[in-house]
Formats: sequence, C-alpha cells, structure tokens
Amino acid sequence: MAVAINGLSLGAIYALIALGYTMVYGIAKMLNFAHGDVIMVGAYIIYTMCMFTWNIGSMPIWLSSLISFVVAMAVCTCLGIVIEKVAYKPLRGASPLAALITAIGVSYLLQGIAQLIWGADQRTISILDRLGTVNLGSYVIKWSAIITVVVGAIIMVCLVMFIKKTRTGRAMLAVSEDKGAAQMMGVNVNAIVSITFAIGSGLATFASMFYLPITSVSPTLGAMPGIKAFAAAVIGGIGSIPGAMLGGVLLGVVEVVCNSISAVASYTTAIEFALLIIILLVRPIGLLGKKRRIKV
Amino acid sequence: MALLEVKDLHVFYGVIQALKGISFEVSQGEVVTLIGANGAGKTTTMQTIIGLIQPKAGSIIYNEKDITKMPSHKIVASGISQVPEGRRIFQELSVYDNLMLGAYLQKDQKKIKDDIENVFDQFPILGERRTQIAGTLSGGEQQMLAMSRALMAHPTLLMMDEPSMGLSPLLVSQVFDIIKDMNSKGITILLVEQNAEKALKIADRAYVLETGSITASGTGAELASSPEIRKAYLGG
Ligand SMILES: Nc1ncnc2c1ncn2[C@@H]1O[C@H](COP(=O)(O)OP(=O)(O)OP(=O)(O)O)[C@@H](O)[C@H]1O
Ligand SMILES: [Mg+2]
Repeated sequence: MAVAINGLSLGAIYALIALGYTMVYGIAKMLNFAHGDVIMVGAYIIYTMCMFTWNIGSMPIWLSSLISFVVAMAVCTCLGIVIEKVAYKPLRGASPLAALITAIGVSYLLQGIAQLIWGADQRTISILDRLGTVNLGSYVIKWSAIITVVVGAIIMVCLVMFIKKTRTGRAMLAVSEDKGAAQMMGVNVNAIVSITFAIGSGLATFASMFYLPITSVSPTLGAMPGIKAFAAAVIGGIGSIPGAMLGGVLLGVVEVVCNSISAVASYTTAIEFALLIIILLVRPIGLLGKKRRIKV
Repeated sequence: MALLEVKDLHVFYGVIQALKGISFEVSQGEVVTLIGANGAGKTTTMQTIIGLIQPKAGSIIYNEKDITKMPSHKIVASGISQVPEGRRIFQELSVYDNLMLGAYLQKDQKKIKDDIENVFDQFPILGERRTQIAGTLSGGEQQMLAMSRALMAHPTLLMMDEPSMGLSPLLVSQVFDIIKDMNSKGITILLVEQNAEKALKIADRAYVLETGSITASGTGAELASSPEIRKAYLGG
C-alpha cells in the first residue's frame, strides 16, 4: 500500500515533467533538454522564498509556503518563455541537431547560474513533509505522497480538458499536427509555442514542489528527474499527452517497486532504462505514440 | 482598385527560383483562375499570398494595404482564407474541431454555432460525423470539410488550390457548383485547378503560369478558345 502510493506519487512527478517534454516536442518539434533544469530553478526559488518568508513572524507557514510556490511558478513560467524566445526561436527551421545542442547548452547555463547564485552545496527544506504521516489501517503513508498523487491527478485532468475543450488547446493540437494549416486558420504559431513553454514550465514547478520531500536542492537536482521523465515521455510515445502520463506513472511505480525489493534495489535505474529499451524495441513509437502520416 | 494586387513577386526555395517576378490582380467579386502545369508555381503563389512563404522581392497589396511582410495570422484576420492543396484538414481532430479551427479568429460564439449548423445543413454527412476523427472521412467528405472550414472564417477572398483533386466526376461538378454558389454570395475567388476546362468556364479572368512566369492572361472565355492554351492545357 505504501509502495503503491509512493510509486504513484513519484509517477505523478515524472508525468508532470514528461508532459513538458512531450508538449514542447509536439508543438515545436524539438527536445527541450533544459526542461529538467527548470525544475531545479523552481526548487531553488521555493527554497529561497521559504527561507525568506518563514522569518516573517506573523505569517502562518502554509501561507508563506504557498506564496513561495506561486512566486516560483511565476518565475519558472517566465523562464520557460524567455528560454524559448532567446535560445530556441532563432533556430526554428534550423536542423534539429542545432536545437538539441542549444538545449543542452541552456541546461548547463542554468546549472552554472544556479551554482553562482546559490553555491554548489546541497540544501534541504521541508514543506510538504511537515504535514507528517497518516495511518491507513496498518500502513503509514506520507501526506506529501498523497497530496502529490491527488493534486497531480487534478492537474492532469485540467490539462486534458484545457487541450480538448478550449480554443487555445485546439490550436495547440492543430499546430502539432500541421503547423502550416494551423497558420492558414489564423493561428499565431509563435504565441502557441510560448504558451506551450509556459505550461510546461508551470507543470515543472509543481514537480519541483512535489520533488522537494524526496531530494535535496542542488544545481544538478533537475538532471535525474529530467532524464527519467524524458524516458517516460518516450515510453509513452513522445508528442502524446496521455502517453506522457502513462509513461510517467509506469516509470515511477517501477522505480519505487524495485527500490523496495532489496535484491534489485541497486539496479533500479538500469531496470528502468532496460524497460525503455524493451518498449522501444517492441513498439518504436512508444506505448501511445501515433504513427504520423507523411505530409507534403 | 483591385482587391488583391500581386506585383513582381520573386520567390526562392534555397537557390531554386519558383516565382520569377509574377504580377496579377483580382478584383472584388471576381473568380480568377491560375492555370499551369505541375511545378509551375501555383501553390507557391498562394502560400506566399497568405504569408507562409516570404518573397525575396515584390509586393502583395490587399484592400489597399501592403500585406507582403505581415504574419499569416494577421493576413487571415484581414479576410483571406485558403483551401490548401491536398486539403490538409486536421486528420487527428474531429469534424467539429476542424470547423472550430476554421472559426479561430471569429469572436461571436453564437454566430460560430449558427455557422456550424449551416454547414451541417448543407452537408448532412458532416453533421452525422461531427464527433468523428476527420482522418476517417472519405476524400469527398474531406474536401467538403476543407471548404466549409475555410468558409467558417467569412473570407472576403478565398483561395482554393486544386479543390477537385482526386474526386469522382460527380463530386468535381459538385465542387464547382459550390464555388459558383460562394461567388454569388459575394466571395471573391482565386482558383488553381488541374481541371482547366472547368476552371476557365467559371472564371471571369484567368492567368497562365509557366515555370514561375505568367505567360498569358485574359477572360476565361478568351483563354479557353486560344489555340495554344487548348493545346497545352485542354488536351487539344
Ligand atoms: N518546399 C520546397 N522546397 C523546394 N522546392 C520547392 C518546394 N515547394 C515547391 N518547390 C518547387 O517550386 C516549384 C513550384 O512548385 P509549386 O508547388 O508551387 O508548383 P504547382 O504549380 O503548385 O505544382 P502542382 O500542380 O504540382 O501542384 C517546383 O519546381 C517545385 O519543385
Ligand atoms: Mg500545387
């Protein structure tokens, strides 16, 4: 039971990050390798803001934590938009390799800047884990894990509704399928790309918040969840939104289950990537990936 | 004053020059057709007008405004729509979503709803399939959807790139009837067609495009009776 909740909770974190990879890939046709580092920036902003606001005597901790989170969300959303405008937009239409290398460059740049500002040492902060645990029958479960699963699920449902039912969501699907045809409908592709990066980075901030109870903050915090979530997006079928959710949850559950079995715990990461390779061998487009028609 | 005026348009794909300085105009209320062999540059001309391709030189004046360097969403907002070559409906989206995308720049929700109902009245088959994924429609149904989608934007100028491509003779006639009908409702039409015979018949005026240059122009009837045109494009 605890394993199930923890697995789902890690899965929700991976899914939230994977959504950022997959949406950006679907819309801008590029792999945003700096996405993981946005989570790192989010974590640092939450950390710094909490350190700052917790000292304001009269404010309850939940409120100052919430404010910290909202600030982090605003900063990351802007960061996502700025990264796209400054680093990726000039390369639209250039070779995918150029965009990929730029993304890796942005990733190192963000890590470098974080190290300059906050230094290289690891810091820990407890926000969600302050809530402690709850006893469900004979199981002890962390509130932070429960919140992660519930809030993660709500966010994903909202995202799906947004994409399916709103004018902007429809435009995102249109751009992802046929950019030129979407332009003929009057869709402003630059605006849609910006919105996509903003949403991806906003989701990443949730991941930062949910990831804090199980990690310490350092400039390379984003690397591991970033690469795992990327694997999750590929497992689910890159470009597919339900795929990113499925891939994320699958990978999170596998990770927690492996970690709970002492015989295989030290091979967990190897097992996860073996899973990726096996799935890609059987189904190269990922579990829910769509075969795209070649278009003229 | 012409509604659309294309002046000395030069377009390149890399080093290949696709349009070598073409000029033509379309007046309000006209049906103008562009005929030419494969690779002549017809699609390129339309894509450049709607802003998907940037010309190297020349200008496009629409409604007395220079739209040459405008982004495509502003061009569409100013009243130009396109039924693209190969239809390019959104295969993975529903019929309804495709129509809603056609109305992307329309603000009046009630009017959008009415427009969609009108489409379903005119093409009941689209109404029956409103929630169906558009990629599962037949070729003819997809063409009806592509035309309806373009009309959702209430264009002043509608550009149609080979709308009868791949359709049965019966459907081809239906498409041409629809074009005539749209024109009689006041929409100005720029039409590219493989079916030059039928296109010249409904066109007020026509231009012949040959490897990036305009080589002839005149009324539909004039070109249809010219011996050279008959030989090159009308099979004798
Ligand atoms: N994306 C592209 N890249 C390079 N060359 C292109 C591209 N698109 C078109 N061309 C070239 O430009 C020329 C004009 O092409 P265009 O598609 O405009 O012709 P068309 O008159 O529409 O032909 P068709 O009747 O076959 O549709 C052709 O020589 C074509 O090979
Ligand atoms: Mg063409």
